[in-house]
Amino acid sequence: MGNWFSLLNGPQTMGNGRGFWVSFCAVILILVALPLFADSYLINNIGFFFVWVFMSMGLSLLWGYTGILSFGQTAFFGVAGYAYGVITLNFGSSYGLTFAALLVAVALAALVALIIGYFMFYGGIRDVFVGIVTLSITLVFETFMAQTAGPEWAIGSARLNGFNGMSGMPPLTIPWPGQEDIALEGQYLFWFLVALVVCVYLGLRILVNSRFGNVMVAIRENPNRAEMLGYDVRRYQLIVFVIAGALAGLSGVLYTTWGTYITPSTMGLTAAALPIVWTAAGGRKDLTATLVATIFLVWLSQILAVKGSQYALILMGFILLVAVMLAPEGFVVTLVKKIGLLARRSAPKATSVSERKLADSSSSS
Amino acid sequence: MTPILATKGLNKRFGGLHAMNGVDLNVERGELRCLIGPNGAGKSTLFKLILGTYPPTSGEVWFNGENITRLLPYRRVEKGISIKFQVPGIFQDLPVAQNLLIALQHRLSKEAAKAELERLLALLDLQPARAQRAGELSHGQKQWLEIGMAIALSPSLLLLDEPTAGMSPEETFKTGELVKRLNQDGMTVVVIEHDMAFVRQIARKVTVLHFGKIFVEGPLDEIISNEDVARIYLGKD
Repeated sequence: MGNWFSLLNGPQTMGNGRGFWVSFCAVILILVALPLFADSYLINNIGFFFVWVFMSMGLSLLWGYTGILSFGQTAFFGVAGYAYGVITLNFGSSYGLTFAALLVAVALAALVALIIGYFMFYGGIRDVFVGIVTLSITLVFETFMAQTAGPEWAIGSARLNGFNGMSGMPPLTIPWPGQEDIALEGQYLFWFLVALVVCVYLGLRILVNSRFGNVMVAIRENPNRAEMLGYDVRRYQLIVFVIAGALAGLSGVLYTTWGTYITPSTMGLTAAALPIVWTAAGGRKDLTATLVATIFLVWLSQILAVKGSQYALILMGFILLVAVMLAPEGFVVTLVKKIGLLARRSAPKATSVSERKLADSSSSS
Repeated sequence: MTPILATKGLNKRFGGLHAMNGVDLNVERGELRCLIGPNGAGKSTLFKLILGTYPPTSGEVWFNGENITRLLPYRRVEKGISIKFQVPGIFQDLPVAQNLLIALQHRLSKEAAKAELERLLALLDLQPARAQRAGELSHGQKQWLEIGMAIALSPSLLLLDEPTAGMSPEETFKTGELVKRLNQDGMTVVVIEHDMAFVRQIARKVTVLHFGKIFVEGPLDEIISNEDVARIYLGKD
């Protein structure tokens, strides 16, 4: 148990102390209990925020930890979202088929990432060009899906529906012996999302603090040096790219089940830019910061959108600019470091006071 | 005995520039060789060809009796070649200890790496700086850190590209003693260096490169008293 716990902590994550984990558990407890108190609107909404964190944690892994800026994680988001739609509309939702569809859709996103990543990294594409290639790919996907309005664009019984997108997919369902399938909607979907966020978050923490994670940050810092330490840099980049693609795909499937629709604009320029804002603003080099920032910023855009404001996107752009200029490491990371610095500054004072007391008492006695 | 490193007719052209022009370099096991020559002589290019950063236009690189000309750089490192770059190639944003651990974890288990880390930190005088960001080190310390990362792989051939550039005379001397010690422990070392005091301190055999060719090669005393070498270095006619 202690051994397992130590795998979660290490140089690549902030929040390794007891205080962090206690609050982490407290937050989970609150979340698990939340559906018992809160109304279904709030539950649905928070669930919606969780949908996006997989894609942004994948981008944190890719960009923040490994130094590869992908501008097109939405490509994998869309591929998996559409795949889930096509599979479930064709095969229905009984016998737990929806979970099989989820796995196949995520695997498909990973496969697409594997193919694209292979040609990029083994073809020697580096730095900003990875961003250009991935952005082009997501825009190509968007353009392609947007022109599938005609009836000839159908896979089995699933119409792709062009710019209007697909809708009417079934939610995730769990088959229950002797009873009707349990549909993961409302509070059940919420609990499922909480469990998934926790599992993926912990899994990624183990990954980044492992030997593999050490190589990831080494590649970010200096790929040439990493190679000259005997690491096959391309292979590591490809593996991380596939993981990030699968995570974006997971977000895509969950988005599709959450709203029972998916449209080509989820792969468009605006959609592609948002994960970059979320990841950069919080602190791309830390999973926790990315997680917190994503939830906060999706919530913020939603508030603005609900109020009928057209400025949500402009604000996101503004936040990115401010983050880049004032807190290039990200707001969450900068804030935590400031607090840590203050705590450390006051700590030595405290010891010196106690030392003085000690000295006083020894001299007086 | 087969030399640990042999280049055979190594050529490299960059467009019109003939950077490496038929170099046959042989380094015996256990040697401590210095590679000198004026700027642009092709010293760093030779290292990059040995490591496979780019392929030669023609010619071969042999390591331990094996033709490695077509191997990828990381495979050559796995075979036992390690380099310290000319410009310190360290992981700036990571702590000093982690820099070394990333190098050590490649061949050692977690426990063994920890023990070896302590030995290296002591060897390099970096113990007080272990938790510091590598980017915050002094220039000389960065050079040492990278030497540490290079030797953490326990290579049989160590290539050092200007290890003392930017160091004080004191630091340079210490580096020389370190290199000699590594060599005495059995590591074959090839050093590119401009500082002749440093070359005198460490080397017995010296190779002079000039215009991508081996100009002359021999024992240190001979090279120093060679008037042609003085001429190409100082531009005397």
